[in-house]
Amino acid sequence: MEMKNGEIDLSVDLGSLKLDNPIIPASGCFGFGYGMEDYYDVNILGSISLKGTTLEPRFGNPLPRVAECEAGLINSVGLQNPGIHKVIEEELPKAAKVFKKPLIANISGFSIEEYVECCRLIDTQECIGLIELNVSCPNVHGGGMSFGTSREDVAKVIKEVKRVITKPLYVKLTPNVTDIVSIGLAAQEAGADGLVAINTMLGMRIDLKTRRPVIANIMGGFSGPAIFPVALRMVYQLSHACSIPVIGCGGISSAKDVLEMMIGGASAVEIGAANLINPYACKEIIENLPVEMEKLGITNLKELKI
Amino acid sequence: MNRDIFLEITENFRIASKTMKMVLHGDTRLITAPGQFVNLKLEGKYLRRPISVGDYDSSESGSLTLFYDIVGEGTAKMSKMRPGEKIQILMGLGNGFDTHMDCKKPALIGGGIGCAPMLALAKHLNVEGKKPVAFLGFNTRKDVVLFEELTKLGVETIISTVDGTEGVKGFVTDAYNSYCTQHPDEIDYFYACGPMPMLKALSDTMKIDGELSLDERMACGFGICMCCSVRTKDGARRICKDGPIFRKEDLIWK
Ligand SMILES: Cc1cc2nc3c(=O)[nH]c(=O)nc-3n(C[C@H](O)[C@H](O)[C@H](O)COP(=O)(O)O)c2cc1C
Ligand code: FES
Repeated sequence: MEMKNGEIDLSVDLGSLKLDNPIIPASGCFGFGYGMEDYYDVNILGSISLKGTTLEPRFGNPLPRVAECEAGLINSVGLQNPGIHKVIEEELPKAAKVFKKPLIANISGFSIEEYVECCRLIDTQECIGLIELNVSCPNVHGGGMSFGTSREDVAKVIKEVKRVITKPLYVKLTPNVTDIVSIGLAAQEAGADGLVAINTMLGMRIDLKTRRPVIANIMGGFSGPAIFPVALRMVYQLSHACSIPVIGCGGISSAKDVLEMMIGGASAVEIGAANLINPYACKEIIENLPVEMEKLGITNLKELKI
Repeated sequence: MNRDIFLEITENFRIASKTMKMVLHGDTRLITAPGQFVNLKLEGKYLRRPISVGDYDSSESGSLTLFYDIVGEGTAKMSKMRPGEKIQILMGLGNGFDTHMDCKKPALIGGGIGCAPMLALAKHLNVEGKKPVAFLGFNTRKDVVLFEELTKLGVETIISTVDGTEGVKGFVTDAYNSYCTQHPDEIDYFYACGPMPMLKALSDTMKIDGELSLDERMACGFGICMCCSVRTKDGARRICKDGPIFRKEDLIWK
């Protein structure tokens, strides 16, 4: 197939939000969007999902917070962030200064009230184009089980949050469930405008010499290339069962992975761990995307889903 | 400027029981201060390996010296690499030591492989006309590194070993304290790098001001993941980006 580079269209739609390309650094893997200027101009990105934000400031978990794996890593950062008020006062202005497109806020909470208050506050911020609800956190009033493992909890938090916001609400699902489709459907019915799949998978490593877990918190979230097939499977299932857009996330490390995820049903993609081992990961993927598309005879990313 | 570049190994050999010295050649302009580190991509390892800069000259065709202990699979891999091989390295990470501090006779306190950054640091302090004294602590005689290199620079260098097989018997803090008893009020600042318990002991006991290089497991090494945060008087700070060097008075030890 003969094609000129100019004919290749990288833009994608997330509902009413249009992105120049589908590449979004995932939450927790690009700080608060600034600080990468030494590496490249971040305006080449489709958007940026900011570090998970809670109502109160959090120092996070004790160190070590990271364990290496064969094709990925386990992290237990524990949602370190300065709290929603400081994020709005200090972090967002810095992010908006370097990134001129709509940003994605990633909101976490340990109670429904906390999610609601954080979302209400972040919804007022002009630089935010979309709110991503991280429902992987434990519900302190629900016996510590993660919100994202219960259809009822997910639906409840979404309904309450939707009451106080005007921006689109995407729900980021945890893969640590038996039936992700039922959770996705519950989110859709409760009014979610889209889904993000997946967050990290619960994992652990043990140091053979000390016979102690490598991570101070014992367990943590596993991500990186090893989880790509699981993420793809879940995105495929969700995008076929639900009618709202699904952002694919998990193990994406190359332009080919992006295309595979989008053929599997993703409307855009988030890239996490790949940024940590290569600060230029997203830049390189954006540059390679047209090259890989041309090889495969793809001119438009919007109708790739099988 | 691309910060993730290839450098060529020119030397890689053992200098003590578990310590290796690797010299690399390439564009070192992004290294701007002693105490910074670099992050090495090793084949077959998912995460990079942060290694502190031992010595360097900052130029387009410069050299970089790394001292590293063989402690795990990553450093074991490094130890098998040969001259002529290239390594992809994220250059010039972290803040580095502040060599412009107002002092005349600073102590350079290194524990084990934490002695590594003292070489470049001593050179910089020498250039500034300061008279550093180095205190290098090891477990045993076979572990001792950098004594000759520092002595050659004219730096008074005091070795201590835990088992007493070389130099002062005891911890590096013991050697430091006995020096101060013999030379009261001479040392007016300190630079330290070593294992966390040593750094904590120094923070608790040092009466003079100083700065410490912290070391913890990292994921990114350039400030975006928050895997390496420590508590400071100004709140949480990232060892890899805001550090690895912190002022003694800014750190909060639990
Ligand atoms: C160091 C680190 C921190 C993370 N922090 C968050 C977070 O704050 N909020 C969130 O929703 N996901 C967080 N994640 C999960 C990622 O956003 C992503 O969903 C997951 O890592 C899977 O993608 P990957 O395989 O490309 O890393 C974090 C992941 C890592 C590695
Ligand atoms: S290791 Fe990622 S912020 Fe320090």
